[in-house]
Amino acid sequence: MTALLELSRLARHFTTGLAGRGPFVRALDGVDLQVQAGETHAVIGESGCGKTTMARLILNLDRPTAGKACFDDQDIHALSAKRLRWFRRDVQAVFQDPWASLNPRMRVRDTVAEALIATTSLSRKEIDARVARALEEVELRPDQMRNFPHEFSGGQRQRIAIASALISNPRLIILDEPVSALDVSIRAQIMNLLKDLQRDRGMAFLLIAHDLATTRFLADQVSVMYLGRIVETGPAEEVFATPRHPYTRALISAALPSDPDTDSAEIILKGESPSPLSVPQGCPFHPRCPCFIGSICETDRPELQSSGRSQVSCHLHSR
Amino acid sequence: MASSRLPVIPLALLVLVLLGPALLADLIAPHDPYQSHLRNRLQPPVFAGGGWEFILGTDRLGRCILSRILHGARYAVAISAVGIVLGAALGSALGLLAGYARGWTDAVVMRLVDISFALPSVLLALALAVVFGPSFSAVLAVIVFVLWASFARQVRGEVLSLRERDFVARARVAGASHLRILSRHILPNVANTITVMATLQLGVIILLEATLSFLGIGVPRPTPTWGLLVADGRQFVVSAWWISFFPGLAILLSVLSINLLGDWLRDRLDPRLQQV
Repeated sequence: MTALLELSRLARHFTTGLAGRGPFVRALDGVDLQVQAGETHAVIGESGCGKTTMARLILNLDRPTAGKACFDDQDIHALSAKRLRWFRRDVQAVFQDPWASLNPRMRVRDTVAEALIATTSLSRKEIDARVARALEEVELRPDQMRNFPHEFSGGQRQRIAIASALISNPRLIILDEPVSALDVSIRAQIMNLLKDLQRDRGMAFLLIAHDLATTRFLADQVSVMYLGRIVETGPAEEVFATPRHPYTRALISAALPSDPDTDSAEIILKGESPSPLSVPQGCPFHPRCPCFIGSICETDRPELQSSGRSQVSCHLHSR
Repeated sequence: MASSRLPVIPLALLVLVLLGPALLADLIAPHDPYQSHLRNRLQPPVFAGGGWEFILGTDRLGRCILSRILHGARYAVAISAVGIVLGAALGSALGLLAGYARGWTDAVVMRLVDISFALPSVLLALALAVVFGPSFSAVLAVIVFVLWASFARQVRGEVLSLRERDFVARARVAGASHLRILSRHILPNVANTITVMATLQLGVIILLEATLSFLGIGVPRPTPTWGLLVADGRQFVVSAWWISFFPGLAILLSVLSINLLGDWLRDRLDPRLQQV
């Protein structure tokens, strides 16, 4: 079975300094990742690890330095104009901040209908009907399509953003931290809405998050990212139950336990995440790694290798 | 924050000095602005010993100052309206393009802006007047040349920040074309800025036009533009001060009220103040 979305060795480096002669920023440094149709694949990692760069590459908002991103076995960055129109219908996105992702000068109707207006030739009436249906699906009233974004709350705005992502019946939606800008009381509603939509419509989600609770609730598959690389990937329950990479272990141990009586020793990492300007030699995690096993960590970059039902890139697991 | 109440006094002044006369000059002017009354040369205004026939006095050819000022308003309005529309349109379009396309387009446009800021407008006007002869179109050309750069620079700056906003990314993901993103997402969000700038620049244009006319490189004589009227009284400033004084006052009041209106408009249209 081929994956709906497949990233192979995807990399994006940014140049710095005058005329780009400064050091490289390796925002994304060779990522392999697969998203199957209908599943939710979560990518977690701390700020600056490259999650959003990856999302922008998949959405064809940016071009990779190396590697390939394929949707439906077609290279996203080499699509013909006609194919690109299909791609725009098939892949949609919901961004983090619902205050920034809606045009303040556009009525909800036009915001939600954007994909239809841009890629189809439906009549005004048909578009209105589709918008009304999409708004109902996200539990807003169809007559609210005449309003402007500032008339809505944050949660409602995120519903509008979700409606506009749904309108073209996409097969994949990139959710870039869809709830992290919302009040805690609203997060559950939006997460339930997303889960229901997926159950009813069967589209795949690529969820980008740093919040483990969201991830746990929504994800089927989890990939953990560190400094522009995937360090561990596998089924969500497997990764959360038996994290194998030392970084994953630290990340999961840092989250608050759901039961305050459980005895969980938090693993405190040394130092800060290094700047992607100077990624350490060998395993990028070795300067902070609590399980450092010797010079191999300083010299060899570990590859993703199967370990149980997950894949891990760590020398601890490479034998 | 300044008061957002409608500024009644500047508005009234504007109607009284600029808009009213521009529309109604033919009806309300007591005399033909070009007609000389040689027996009534250099008549002082009524409150300085003159008669009621020439309320604001006459110039050295005996032409009625009041009538000339009223007719001059027409030229002030025509030149500034056409100038501002052309200048704002050209500057905004180039700014939009530069900010959105970036790269070498941006570099070229911004260097042109720098050049335009570096050239003294009066010098340019002199050159144009020498090449084409003083004319209405030459004045317009100078005005557009002076205006476009500030619009281009301001609009480009806003577009640079707008194009990175999430709603533009969302529109691209939805498949919107560049044209649609520019016209539906970016332009509406810089429209307020353009409106406010246009209002504030109106005053600048009226002053510029007056300067050019005063130097004799504006709209050619005997058209009664305000700058020319001020220039007419140059030799008589001591003996017949009213020839220059009243057109000067008209310029002052117009520019002042336009600037006050522009400030008010800026407060009203600033989305940061509005959305709270």
